Amino acid sequence: MKVLVLVEEHKGSLKRSSCEAITAANQLTSSDNITAIALNASESALKSAGKYGASNAVNASESSIKGEAPALSKIISDYALQNSFDTVLFAADSIGKEVAPRVSVKLEAGYVADCVGLEVNGSNIVATKPVYAGKAQAKVKINTSKNILSLRPNVFTAKVIAEGTEANYSSFTPTLDDKSKSVKITSISKNEGKLDVAEADIVVSGGRGLKEPEHFNLVENLASALGGAVGASRAVVDAGWRPHSEQVGQTGKTVSPSLYVACAISGAVQHLAGMSSSKFIVAINKDADAPIFKITDYGIVGDVFEVLPKLTEKIKARH
Amino acid sequence: MNILVCVSRVPDTAAKIKVAGDNKSVETTGVKFILNPYDEYALEEAIQLQESKGGELTVLTVAGDEATDILRTALAMGADKAIHIKANQLEKDSFYVANNIANVAKELNPDIIFLGKQSIDFDSFQISSLLGGLLDLPSVDVVSSINYADGSITGEKDIEGGKESFETSLPAIISVQKGIKEPRYPKLPQIMKAKQKPIEVKEAIETPLRTEILEMTLPEKARAGKILTGSDADIDELVRLLHEDAKVI
Repeated sequence: MKVLVLVEEHKGSLKRSSCEAITAANQLTSSDNITAIALNASESALKSAGKYGASNAVNASESSIKGEAPALSKIISDYALQNSFDTVLFAADSIGKEVAPRVSVKLEAGYVADCVGLEVNGSNIVATKPVYAGKAQAKVKINTSKNILSLRPNVFTAKVIAEGTEANYSSFTPTLDDKSKSVKITSISKNEGKLDVAEADIVVSGGRGLKEPEHFNLVENLASALGGAVGASRAVVDAGWRPHSEQVGQTGKTVSPSLYVACAISGAVQHLAGMSSSKFIVAINKDADAPIFKITDYGIVGDVFEVLPKLTEKIKARH
Repeated sequence: MNILVCVSRVPDTAAKIKVAGDNKSVETTGVKFILNPYDEYALEEAIQLQESKGGELTVLTVAGDEATDILRTALAMGADKAIHIKANQLEKDSFYVANNIANVAKELNPDIIFLGKQSIDFDSFQISSLLGGLLDLPSVDVVSSINYADGSITGEKDIEGGKESFETSLPAIISVQKGIKEPRYPKLPQIMKAKQKPIEVKEAIETPLRTEILEMTLPEKARAGKILTGSDADIDELVRLLHEDAKVI
């Protein structure tokens, strides 16, 4: 198996989800057969792919594009075909989700999206992916000789396997036709300093039991004490208290952070589906029969208005 | 402007999922099925676009006989006609669906194809980009607002922790985010009228499965399930557990 991994740089280093994808590639083949590819990344960031187990790292240098799917998928498909890669891995993030299917069309390869587990069965890859927002999991076999996979962030743990090893670095200028430049990203606005709920390692979510949108400051305070992101139930998003970008659940985001704290959320099926794969779950709710308590590691039956300020103080006191 | 909206039929978000006897699919008996919620947003965007620019609005699904209900819902919301690509093959993968849509889209030649950003059954968010690849057309996903110009559109899409502004030439494929426009609820007269609107049935072209489900399971994770109270001592205990067991603080 010869594996290409799309990686991305963030503030001078490889993104964590990129390192996770390289680690996952090492489950499929040996480091010699793994190449990291990036668009407009720095040499130092790409070389660091070596310590996660990618022997080679290649940069596609093209300042006129910013990761638009038609262009980036052409670059990756061309590179994979010219260099006989049979498998391409992506992080299942906004870029990977758009680019991977297009690459699968070009490579005539089976594609499994949002994988949480990988195994090799004979000459086929069998991937595990959550379906129905995590209410079930499917084991999916790729029948084609080539494989495309996108991996859910925060699931595969990034592992340094060769400290100090640098990947063999090279750079090239891709050829792009007008057609592949049909989509143009004209500007990017990020909420700097604000963690996205889907990427955060700790998530604190609030629900309708908070009674008023202003009371979300209790949730925000705990999130900031823990260094986490704020999430919300569908009920409070539908009520207009919080933006849709914070919604956790079946019609929002599916998250699997190290710690999920559900505050005044009763636990509708569609919410549980979006967060039950979190590694550690804490719930605070005054109703001891709330469904959320069925899936928690630690539940506090109590009033959020009393518990949250105390918990926030005690966590702050630890720092 | 000729508009195509691709829709799918999925279990209701409140449905409890059970694995069927074949261990490869989910039990459908007693489960309420609905028009995929994200597709409702795609339809609403399409209906308002048609109201302002004219043209024909076609809704399409690739599914078995059972999917007539969601096509009627889409027609009641405002689509002019429906195409039901009858999938006889029992097992389908995303490529099968996209290949069949692409096949019909080549005849229809729409100016814009709308879809929901994902269908809430398999959550693979790939049909839009597969169509982009198969039809060699631009595609943009998770779009939260659109402005229409002649031969092109501009808009915004959601990314992690922010938004991107984009522009693309038409024809193009757009998958929409929840909330782009609030979907309408069809009233009785529209529901009655929808019964007269045409549903064209086409046989699916068989497409070998590129991926196949071997097994479906329900996730089981052992949880400590310890219940504490809101007392000071219990909150101290929780903080200790977060530090020592969960190792997150």
